[in-house]
Amino acid sequence: MPSASTGTASAVLFSPGTPRDGKARRSQEKDAPVIEALNLSKTFQDKKRGAVKAVDDVSFVCRPGQIYGLLGANGAGKTTTLRMLATILKPTAGTARLCGHDIVEHPERVRATCGFLSTHTALYPRLTAEEMVAYFGRLNGMDARTLKSRIDELFGRLDMNGFRDRRCDKLSTGMKQKTSIARTLVHDPPVMIFDEPTLGLDIMTARTIIDFIRECRDRGKTVIFSTHVMREVEKLCDVVGIIQNGKLLAEGTIEQLRQRHGNNDLEEVFVKIVSPHYRESA
Amino acid sequence: MSLANVATVYRKELTEALRDRRTLVTTFLVPLLMIPLMSSGFIGVMSVVLGKAKREKPRVMILGGEDSPGVVSGLKGFPKISVLPATPDWKERIVAKKIRAAVEIPPGFQANLGQQRAGTVKIYFYRGELKSLFAAGNIEAYLKEYRDDVVTERLAANRLPADLLKPFDVKQQNVAPPEKEAGAVLGGIIAYLVIFMCLNGGMHPAIDLTAGEKERGTMETILSSPVSRTHLVLGKFLLVLTASLITSALLVGSMGVSFTVLERTHSMDAMSDDGEPAPQLTVGPLAVASVFIMAFPLAVLFSAALITISVFAKSYKEAQSYIVPLMFLVVVPSVAAMLPGVELTPKLAIVPLLNVSLLCKELVTGEYHWNYIVLIFASTCVYAAGALYLAVKMFQRESVLFRS
Repeated sequence: MPSASTGTASAVLFSPGTPRDGKARRSQEKDAPVIEALNLSKTFQDKKRGAVKAVDDVSFVCRPGQIYGLLGANGAGKTTTLRMLATILKPTAGTARLCGHDIVEHPERVRATCGFLSTHTALYPRLTAEEMVAYFGRLNGMDARTLKSRIDELFGRLDMNGFRDRRCDKLSTGMKQKTSIARTLVHDPPVMIFDEPTLGLDIMTARTIIDFIRECRDRGKTVIFSTHVMREVEKLCDVVGIIQNGKLLAEGTIEQLRQRHGNNDLEEVFVKIVSPHYRESA
Repeated sequence: MSLANVATVYRKELTEALRDRRTLVTTFLVPLLMIPLMSSGFIGVMSVVLGKAKREKPRVMILGGEDSPGVVSGLKGFPKISVLPATPDWKERIVAKKIRAAVEIPPGFQANLGQQRAGTVKIYFYRGELKSLFAAGNIEAYLKEYRDDVVTERLAANRLPADLLKPFDVKQQNVAPPEKEAGAVLGGIIAYLVIFMCLNGGMHPAIDLTAGEKERGTMETILSSPVSRTHLVLGKFLLVLTASLITSALLVGSMGVSFTVLERTHSMDAMSDDGEPAPQLTVGPLAVASVFIMAFPLAVLFSAALITISVFAKSYKEAQSYIVPLMFLVVVPSVAAMLPGVELTPKLAIVPLLNVSLLCKELVTGEYHWNYIVLIFASTCVYAAGALYLAVKMFQRESVLFRS
């Protein structure tokens, strides 16, 4: 039985045309943002609390081949921000652009340019792993021949052929994660959005995800992901945005944040930034 | 990525539905087995009960009659009853089902018979109790025969012809063709079952495809794909509609087979009076097709309404509790249409559901009032379109899709 081992997805998860040298690409196109959040805001109506601002005037930019980490505590507004970028939710104010497509005006185009993975994006239990991936390929407008070769390629590289025809409700957690990864990658999107992708996973499965995110960056994809795990941020992120109570409080590379706050421990930096005292002085 | 996505969503939902045991049971098994089980069960039980009641020799008491030995001995010798000695608690015994009936012979009955003023013979029975009813019928049959004999004897004594008091016979004769007769008997039931099955067949798939998706966590997955929410809901809606139509079609099919079997095996004979033919149960294919055509917009209406309601729910159970009132809304007018004497009128033709039920009842009997057909079909289409629009709108609402 195939295991959810790490480092399996490295070679051909991406189309042949995608540059392999992510750093070279990053340097070439560093001024052309792939993701632009422009004063993004989201207010929910709550029966008890009234209007709740989950995201409050958030703006940031992700450049090609970068991993942007959205760091925040539970309820900080990370999921809402990412859901808005993936056009699952509509902003109440502001907007964002993914690969030049406006999330409000062209949500379907935006969704075609990104792959979205979160702990809430489950698999259809009564479909097989292959049917699940093929379904999303078809919804992305892929023709039968392209889809077949893409599935063969992905299943081979992710070591999924052993459970290709097994129903998703019969898969192990690791197999499910691989199927979800194949589902997000089937149409080879230039942007990947991950909402706390390792939440609740065991170490080995979480490592598969971490390797996969790094792999995305190395293949030139632009990645934005949310987490509250400092170690993941340190391992992966080129740029970090710290979010609390829906507001983006600080942004920069890990090194910049450490220098700015005079502390090498990222956790300490984070705690300092999200503390009420810091916010008041800011 | 236009309407092709609707087909993609539909195909995927169909694949999943065909692998879901609960969908298979509600869509295929229930309609296929319900009518055969109901008809064979109900009619079987009724036949047994009626047969047993008819075969039983009911115990009865004769009250009075000491001075009328002729009629008393006649009753005692009547093979369809068994006479017990009278007791003062005869009334309680009838109610307690110890005896089935009692017959009271008035004083001087036999003597007065010759003087043309014999009075009234009373039969006491337990109304609503089948065996008591049969016992009373048997006693009455004997007394009528006795009366006829007395009349015949008198006529003979006066040398008058036997048919003097009965110059002609009266007999009822059915002239309606079997299909019309069956339509009158079954029209309301067929309409009710088709309409109810349209709703029932779509119920589980509608919940599974909306609240079920939320519960399983796949709603966010599909919302992250490029398919538009309108296309998504249309794909789901078409699957619910398919299930709804298949369920009602299978029900009508199994009903046809069941009734044919009942007729060929003469299972209904025990339910008709002695000598009377059993009711016809054959309904023509044209009548059934007409009912289906009228039920189609109704199935669209139900499918869209079921999706609208269940997408609002967070879980399967919650959706079920929301749908129960809808079941009542559907059942009440459908049952009302089955009541004898409720006919299609211009006023009732604009009452949703009731109008279709009443029209279907007429269609089964082969009556085609085209003005009503057009009016009711068009109005139901409008309601259906409204419900579908509402379902699409519900799928656009974040507060509904992400309700927590």
